[in-house]
Amino acid sequence: MSMQLEQSPTTDGEVVSNYTINFGPQHPAAHGVLRMVMELDGEIIERIDPHVGLLHRGTEKLIEHKTYLQALPYFDRLDYCSPLAQEHSYVLAIEKLLNLEVPERAQYLRVLFAELTRICNHMLNLGAHVLDVGAFTPNLWMFELREDCLNFFERASGARMHSAWFRPGGVHQDVPLKLLTDIGDWVDGRLPELFGDAMSLVIDNRIFKQRNVDIALVSKEDALAWGFSGPLIRAAGIPWDLRKSQPYDVYDRMDFEIPVGTNSDCYDRFMVRVQEVYQSAKIIKQCLAEMPEGPICSDDRKVSPPKRGEMKQSMEALIHHFKLYTEGFHVPAGEVYVATESPKGEFGVFLVSDGSNKPYRCKIRPTAFSHLQAMDFMSKGHMLPDATAILGAIDVVFGECDR
Amino acid sequence: MAVLHSAPKYASNDGVEKALGAAIGDALLSSDEKHGELVFTVKRDSIESVLRTLRDEHDYQQLMEIAGVDYLGREERFEVVYMLLSVTKNHRVTVKLSANEDTPVPTVTTVWPNAGWLEREVFDLYGVLFDGNTDLRRILTDYGFEGHPFRKDFPLTGYTELRYSEDEKRVVYEPVKLAQDLRQFDFMSPWEGAEYVLPGDEKAEAEDGDAK
Repeated sequence: MSMQLEQSPTTDGEVVSNYTINFGPQHPAAHGVLRMVMELDGEIIERIDPHVGLLHRGTEKLIEHKTYLQALPYFDRLDYCSPLAQEHSYVLAIEKLLNLEVPERAQYLRVLFAELTRICNHMLNLGAHVLDVGAFTPNLWMFELREDCLNFFERASGARMHSAWFRPGGVHQDVPLKLLTDIGDWVDGRLPELFGDAMSLVIDNRIFKQRNVDIALVSKEDALAWGFSGPLIRAAGIPWDLRKSQPYDVYDRMDFEIPVGTNSDCYDRFMVRVQEVYQSAKIIKQCLAEMPEGPICSDDRKVSPPKRGEMKQSMEALIHHFKLYTEGFHVPAGEVYVATESPKGEFGVFLVSDGSNKPYRCKIRPTAFSHLQAMDFMSKGHMLPDATAILGAIDVVFGECDR
Repeated sequence: MAVLHSAPKYASNDGVEKALGAAIGDALLSSDEKHGELVFTVKRDSIESVLRTLRDEHDYQQLMEIAGVDYLGREERFEVVYMLLSVTKNHRVTVKLSANEDTPVPTVTTVWPNAGWLEREVFDLYGVLFDGNTDLRRILTDYGFEGHPFRKDFPLTGYTELRYSEDEKRVVYEPVKLAQDLRQFDFMSPWEGAEYVLPGDEKAEAEDGDAK
């Protein structure tokens, strides 16, 4: 790294040289394994070169060697803070290639749990963000709520985080009625109460505002040019939400609003997420109210497996089960790009099939890649401690960024 | 074909193929609509001007993704796929081109600043070169990694593995040693076009020939 010597107006004629520091890869505010090479002038950031890839596991290559169903759990392990949202893009991509109809109840269940995932993700991000800028308590309170969400996932799928619950054609298992009523009670009672309490400590807090307002301003033009999506593009004042503009599953029946920011700073990004939590709660309530009875998975036995009980009676069902869990299903040749609104932004899956039982290529569009790339221009001219606030407001998880 | 799936629905493709095809002009090699998605295959050298036209005159403001695909066996083995999004028209199109190890693709960092990392990723994983990208370093693989791991002829296990050496007090690279064979299952049913002959089947073939 070249050292730059220059006259600084603030040091009274003393010559100060820029210096380079390493932020991460092991740093509590790096939200994982991010290494940023920062060039500083005193405490002012001149340039940031983020080095990503420290958590690269070759997920896309591994997927090419697995059948479609075996590849599904890899998606939980991308963005491990919002696992079901990643599965959503993948199963929709397979269904698009197969042109497979999904029963209504399954669509409602998926939307319900995708929104629960959004709340779960935002609890972690909002908590981590306030922790990064110096507040401790809200994070602990919001982890309580996150714990509740994880318990709901466990009751639906058997796993707290890596659910693998969305399947091509629907969902894996139906949920018990008690779970739905419990989610309803939680959304009406505990969530707004505890979340409201936590937010009341933060959103009007003087220190929190000093650390976030007017930090990392991004114009609408820049937000578009740098490929922003999700809360970051909405904070820039563009009401763009894939759930609204390109609805999938039953989002077109949901009545919700898209919160947008006015100032496009870290504070706006935070507040957009706060409002999204309330909007997600609204969607969850609608799902619970409207959800019909019925099958939870496609009855196309060439794609979705039969029930265990059926297998005890029917030879046909037994054969289907065996074929699906050994060879898997074949997907017609073609390529699709399917993007959904994950809690962090546009999460896309570009799926190329050659007609066999394994994906020929599965390119994952991580949300963090474009956002992190903009870190350099967003941080320029800000102080070193602002970098943690900017990073917190991007909401980056490295499982997904590095894949 | 009726649309049964519930994947994201965006604005209709009606007339878009023709309009964009005309806008791309001579650079267009073929266009296609499958699964409700528009794909334009263009000449490699004109990708920058094509994408600039789509952005400036047809409102595709965002470059969401650049994906590399390796079709081993083709004359130009790599495909580079650009996903564009229009937030005003609520529409997506895909533009793609083919390339080789030694045929550089013009960079589109001049059109979208976020193309920089996306091109770096394709370079890192596939070895496609991008002419004009001033920062074409590796991005996802390790510092000092050799080879391009997502190529179809690169083994899943890779060539090297890492471990901490107590003797040298540092992490060392070693050739891959597998404790058991990598499990590769043959899923093709012998009734549905397997590429091998089952033992005994060669007799059936021979008898057929005799009968004729």
